[in-house]
Amino acid sequence: MSQPASAYFMEDRHDPSETHTLAVLVQNEPGVLARVIGLFSGRGYNIESLTVSETENQKHLSRITIVTTGTPMVIEQIKHQLDRMVPVYRVVDMTQTGRAIERELAMVKVRGVGEHRVEALRLADAFRARVIDATTESFVFEITGNTAKINQFIDLMRPLGLVEVSRTGVAAIGRGPEGM
Amino acid sequence: MSETSHNPSQMTGAAMIVRALIDHGVQHLFGYPGGAVLPIYDEIFQQDAIEHILVRHEQGAGHAAEGYARSTGKPGVVLVTSGPGATNMVTPLTDALMDSIPLVCITGQVPTHLIGNDAFQECDTVGITRPCTKHNWLVRDVNDLAKVLHEAFYVATSGRPGPVVVDVPKDVQFAVGTYHPPRKSDVHISYAPRVKGDATQIRKAVALLASAKRPVIYSGGGVINSGPDAAKLLRELVDVTGFPITSTLMGLGAYPASGKNWLGMLGMHGTFEANMTMHDCDVMLCVGARFDDRITGRTDAFSPGSKKIHIDIDPSSINKNIRVDVPIIGDAGNVLGDLLQVFKAEAKKPDIKAWWQQIATWRARNSLHYKKSNDIIMPQYAIQRLFEATRGKDVYITTEVGQHQMWAAQFFGFEEPHRWMTSGGLGTMGYGLPAAIGVQVAHRDSLVIDVGGDASVQMTIQEMSTAVQHELPIKIFILNNQYMGMVRQWQQLLHGNRLSHSYTEAMPDFVKLAEAYGCVGIRAIKPGDLDGAIKEMISVKRPVLFDCRVAALENCFPMIPSGKAHNEMLLPAEAEDEATAAAFAGGKALV
Ligand SMILES: Cc1ncc(C[n+]2csc(CCOP(=O)(O)OP(=O)(O)O)c2C)c(N)n1
Ligand SMILES: [Mg+2]
Repeated sequence: MSQPASAYFMEDRHDPSETHTLAVLVQNEPGVLARVIGLFSGRGYNIESLTVSETENQKHLSRITIVTTGTPMVIEQIKHQLDRMVPVYRVVDMTQTGRAIERELAMVKVRGVGEHRVEALRLADAFRARVIDATTESFVFEITGNTAKINQFIDLMRPLGLVEVSRTGVAAIGRGPEGM
Repeated sequence: MSETSHNPSQMTGAAMIVRALIDHGVQHLFGYPGGAVLPIYDEIFQQDAIEHILVRHEQGAGHAAEGYARSTGKPGVVLVTSGPGATNMVTPLTDALMDSIPLVCITGQVPTHLIGNDAFQECDTVGITRPCTKHNWLVRDVNDLAKVLHEAFYVATSGRPGPVVVDVPKDVQFAVGTYHPPRKSDVHISYAPRVKGDATQIRKAVALLASAKRPVIYSGGGVINSGPDAAKLLRELVDVTGFPITSTLMGLGAYPASGKNWLGMLGMHGTFEANMTMHDCDVMLCVGARFDDRITGRTDAFSPGSKKIHIDIDPSSINKNIRVDVPIIGDAGNVLGDLLQVFKAEAKKPDIKAWWQQIATWRARNSLHYKKSNDIIMPQYAIQRLFEATRGKDVYITTEVGQHQMWAAQFFGFEEPHRWMTSGGLGTMGYGLPAAIGVQVAHRDSLVIDVGGDASVQMTIQEMSTAVQHELPIKIFILNNQYMGMVRQWQQLLHGNRLSHSYTEAMPDFVKLAEAYGCVGIRAIKPGDLDGAIKEMISVKRPVLFDCRVAALENCFPMIPSGKAHNEMLLPAEAEDEATAAAFAGGKALV
């Protein structure tokens, strides 16, 4: 493709994208989440999933788990950009450590009667999803697992009368005795 | 009440702000009052440790503080009101963030109970300035104010410097609380910039440098920011290694322009020899620069055969645009010191005679050549005469943005750091005039010149009034080509000579304008008048607007055209083609 007339050098980058899960330990103070999210939107990074909660409340520390995609250079940038923020203590690339467990919780509402209803229950059982609400024509299932498992469960529920899904986003932690 | 009045650490928030500024050695404050900062202005009125410089527009205060900071190495401090006062600061904050300039900006905010109510002159200052500051704070409790102010100064000036905002609601300014002087615990423990470079990496760098056949040193604004020691060490490194050195726009002056290893500036309008040296080198040492897109040209063709060493205090600058082989995270001065020590102990000057011979052939192309004229003042000639007239003087140069900025960078020789203030990263027209004010405030007896453009200078021209009020004899040397020259240049090169809105139809009479402001107006039209007029400008001890009428259609070369690499520069000789000529004929040929 020929270069359009521009004061900028335009290049297509074709490096393959990777998905990484980052654990970010931050001071829990006003605006900290806005800073992190603003970094992603401002610099054009992707957020696939974002989970935040205070984890050590006497120290006012929160843990943000972000699933993002990008080329290896972009992923490296994201980590450095996060790390240099004033209220950020640590950034750990859970994917790079190769020793992380990831979990998500989803609540899945399915509506139906007869065969569909029976099939939904049967599949829920196979996925170890629990029934946490039921009416004569609906169920709400609670399911925990990695993202792929939950996606698969939701896909299976779709033809059986899927109404609505609420997901927490990914939480991740390293295996073994060490902390992050 | 009587108890608190006996305790000297009890005071209002407004008093704390002034006290904190004094504790941080602040002598000058640039600002503009308004409802939400009146308690602070009341405190300013009742003291004389800090001089307040009243500007005419908050953007002016911000750029003045930038000029002040860049020429002193100290943080620039700004005080503005809520709402429009704060939003007017967005441009200088962004400018300072891009160019790593330490600013502490205090903004007034509506009282805490009104925040979020769309109160009069309310805006979400921390929200708006979050992406254009290194960090910012909204202080809701007067007892947090001292800590936040001290942290603000620390964050602005440490690590990679940058602008910070402290937003203080009016009720917090009135409230009484406890002040404490600066202490270590004021700073987030999560904030710990790395200063010292990794010893193993430094060894690897030295090994690469010592084995280089075609080396180059490429330095940037980080060397200036690191302080005078860094520039000294850089010079020593050049001497010890014998390597050629080039610099970014922001880094000019770290190595003297008269030094024998100097290649001139690199990048889009850099010299042919600087860019060719970068392209063909085998080892590149980048110190305090960030491989920005005006520097690299096409990244996939950037210096393809070299091993790259990158010293930077900001880890996010490493491998952002260009993959490097030996990253060293740390302060430029600190790392250069260690690197020199190792080099001197373990390596010797590599023989690079052949490389210098190659460089000499590039130099011989004389890429800054331009056609001289006896009838009209060529803009490059104007800068050369300005440089000659001020050589050896205690001079500071600021610029606006456009062709004149590039000509100033190309033709004015900077011998020392901190003498050159320009808006590099953001490219903010209107920067130079207020920046000159800030420089002059810090250096009352020095010669401070803003090399301006006719369009740029009109963006902040109102600050001439500030210069007059505060008796700041700044010189605004306008290369008046009656065009937004840089825009026109791109339109000529890329948009088929359609000069859409890049010509200024109604130019003010700058001499009369100077007089209206109560300063001095000088005009030069013929090359023969130029030296005398410059001499007059320098000898006048008042602010001057100098209307230097230059060749209207001159363009800035050499140039790396878009999408091209360093070795594909357009030289001035090649640029005198039909495209340019056609524009000359069709355009409004004003001289
Ligand atoms: C605030 C702002 N608006 C627009 C631009 C885009 N721009 C870059 S250079 C330029 C023209 C500058 O004209 P002038 O100041 O006369 O300088 P010259 O190029 O003619 O020397 C413009 C409009 C900018 N850099 N900054
Ligand atoms: Mg112009």
